[in-house]
Amino acid sequence: MQAANLMLLVIAFIVVAYGLGYARSRSLAMPLGGIRHLKSLPFYYGARAALWCGIPALVVLGLWAAFQGKVIQTLVVGSLPPEMIPASPGEASLLLSKISNVASGALPSNFVEAPIAEAADRLQALREQSRLYMSILVVAVAVLAGFLGWIRIRPRLNARSQVETTLKWIFFSCAALAILTTLGIIFSVAFETVRFFHKISFLEFFFGTQWSPQTALRADQVAAEGAFGMVPLFTGTLLISAIAMLVAVPVGLLSAIYLSEYANKKVRGIVKPLLEMLAGIPTVVYGFFAALTVAPFISNLADSIGIDASSQSALAAGGVMGIMIIPFVSSLSDDVINAVPQTLRDGSLALGATQSETMKKVIFPAALPGIMGGVLLACSRAIGETMIVVMAAGLAANLTANPLDSVTTVTVQIVTLLTGDQEFDSAKTLAAFALGAMLFLATLVLNIVALKIVRKYREQYD
Amino acid sequence: MNTMNTTVTSETDMPEEKTIPVADEQPAEAKIEEGTTVGHPFSDDPKFKLRNVEVFYGEDRAIKNISLDIGRNEVIAFIGPSGCGKSTFLRCLNRMNDSIDICRVKGGLELDDEDIYDSRRDVVELRARVGMVFQKPNPFPKSIYDNVAYGPRIHGLANRKSDLDDIVENSLRKAGLWEEVKDRLDATATGMSGGQQQRLCIARAIAVSPEVVLMDEPCSALDPIATARVEELIAELSESYTIVIVTHSMQQAARVSNRTAYFHLGHLVEVNETSKVFTSPEHPLTESYITGRFG
Repeated sequence: MQAANLMLLVIAFIVVAYGLGYARSRSLAMPLGGIRHLKSLPFYYGARAALWCGIPALVVLGLWAAFQGKVIQTLVVGSLPPEMIPASPGEASLLLSKISNVASGALPSNFVEAPIAEAADRLQALREQSRLYMSILVVAVAVLAGFLGWIRIRPRLNARSQVETTLKWIFFSCAALAILTTLGIIFSVAFETVRFFHKISFLEFFFGTQWSPQTALRADQVAAEGAFGMVPLFTGTLLISAIAMLVAVPVGLLSAIYLSEYANKKVRGIVKPLLEMLAGIPTVVYGFFAALTVAPFISNLADSIGIDASSQSALAAGGVMGIMIIPFVSSLSDDVINAVPQTLRDGSLALGATQSETMKKVIFPAALPGIMGGVLLACSRAIGETMIVVMAAGLAANLTANPLDSVTTVTVQIVTLLTGDQEFDSAKTLAAFALGAMLFLATLVLNIVALKIVRKYREQYD
Repeated sequence: MNTMNTTVTSETDMPEEKTIPVADEQPAEAKIEEGTTVGHPFSDDPKFKLRNVEVFYGEDRAIKNISLDIGRNEVIAFIGPSGCGKSTFLRCLNRMNDSIDICRVKGGLELDDEDIYDSRRDVVELRARVGMVFQKPNPFPKSIYDNVAYGPRIHGLANRKSDLDDIVENSLRKAGLWEEVKDRLDATATGMSGGQQQRLCIARAIAVSPEVVLMDEPCSALDPIATARVEELIAELSESYTIVIVTHSMQQAARVSNRTAYFHLGHLVEVNETSKVFTSPEHPLTESYITGRFG
């Protein structure tokens, strides 16, 4: 049976186990004088039986599905005649894909050597066996464990605390999954980064002002040596992020102040969701808006007043990105401004302060740490943003502070390094990981600082 | 048992008509004629002259046709059961109700014969003259010094730093807080105890030299010792300011005020010398309240 079908079957078992557990607890309780003589509600006995039935079966199913491929491969390769046993991992995977192609019928068996055809047959047989064993084992585990869980239902059994403990661990593993994924990403990026630094020196990467990663793919190819200085990329990122923040912070902050202090309920009810909608527009839409509307407009405008402007400018990308992150600033700021207690407003107004004095001198300083947190979060969003920059800012790694010039950013270079033909262990590809690691570190630091600030702010009124 | 029941019923089922019957035992007297207040609501030398004041929250009439004078340099206490409108009425006196969208105020309210609710009136100037202290201490999350200096700064009361220092010191001295905080004026005000915070708020209010100080249950969040300290302070301040204090504590009203006004469901039932209100109230509702039959 296929794993997916088996899963459905297990779910059916779980439902049945729940029903049986529920019924058994009730039937045990009735002679005692009703369900109040049970330690827990019947629901918990049912849930306990369902957990007993489902968890071991699903664990077995998961483990089997995870390891069967590897085990079968080892068996198949092991049964090959000694002269065909592959020497390197690369050869092995080539051989295995050949075998599985034959097995699936994509490659006729008379096209390949006899041992391979045999191996393909063996693979096919092993797969079917594996499927059969898996089905039997999973069903057996589900039935057996479910039965054990069911038979051990007693009125004195505290099913509720057991179910709640189990659920707590299930929730914990969900949370752990997110953390493990993050760790996995960090490690894979870190390893590749280390490999990159075997090829390119720290000094060149951190202090080089040239970025041209096009190295030769083959020995006979005519190409540049390749230069991996990240300085122009990070200045590009900083320039575009700075332009974005210059747009987003004042506009976002002032609109937050308007919404929280001046707008009446009706206006607020309309404007706030509309503003937040800006965050919901896909970045690729912003990207072509920047590339096709804003960038030509800026370049024409600059030409008309006699300034030389590139058709792809940092200003266009940064400006549009700024509009995109306005809701980050405005929404978070609005929340923290609203969190400032009304008593502070009253206190200031009662002293004869005007609304704007109250805003400037009491509410804004009190909300400032929270606003800073929002701004830093928006900033890390701006640094990590890719699509708008790919479309509107260009690919030329210019080391410049002129917003009308075309620049490129770290994220854009990662995209171009990893799309298209590539050799996996070349400096060019590995550079993407090194850049990713730097970017990750930068946004991580920003996020930590932002969270620290936000947390500090939270303590203030407690 | 019977009287208990009728009292409770009369409180919960109060109709919004002009007359409100209370306990059966006092059928004739226990009525409120709208717009009439027993005792002495008027004063020869009024600071505030309030005539036929009505306050609406949307459709709700929270204050029903109240007329009252508040005399110069007197301490008047507003008492009454929760929801009777005493805080709402207090907040009319410096237009703090303005920030509530649905709130409308009608009638004649005059401070020194000038209309408080005149559309040309500068509310900033009004609030500089009529200061307010709130129920919960609400120091700004700034230093002690900056809290007191806040008002003088926004009103431009000090030309030099030394003037400002003097104002801050004087205000803190008047609030009886100077000795406790003179060495840590730069410390943040939110780190003080509740009683200190409330006295700081009083210092902050008097730093702009108001003529009137409104106090909305200033001691309800304080312990008895801090309360005693604030009450002493009110007694000292009454020499130079007109004070209007809302309180739930009848002992407090008795201790600090010259006159006491009893509010009931938006009506001003009785205003009299404090000693008279607490010894021989004229109105049966006042008597019921101060003897603890409801409230």
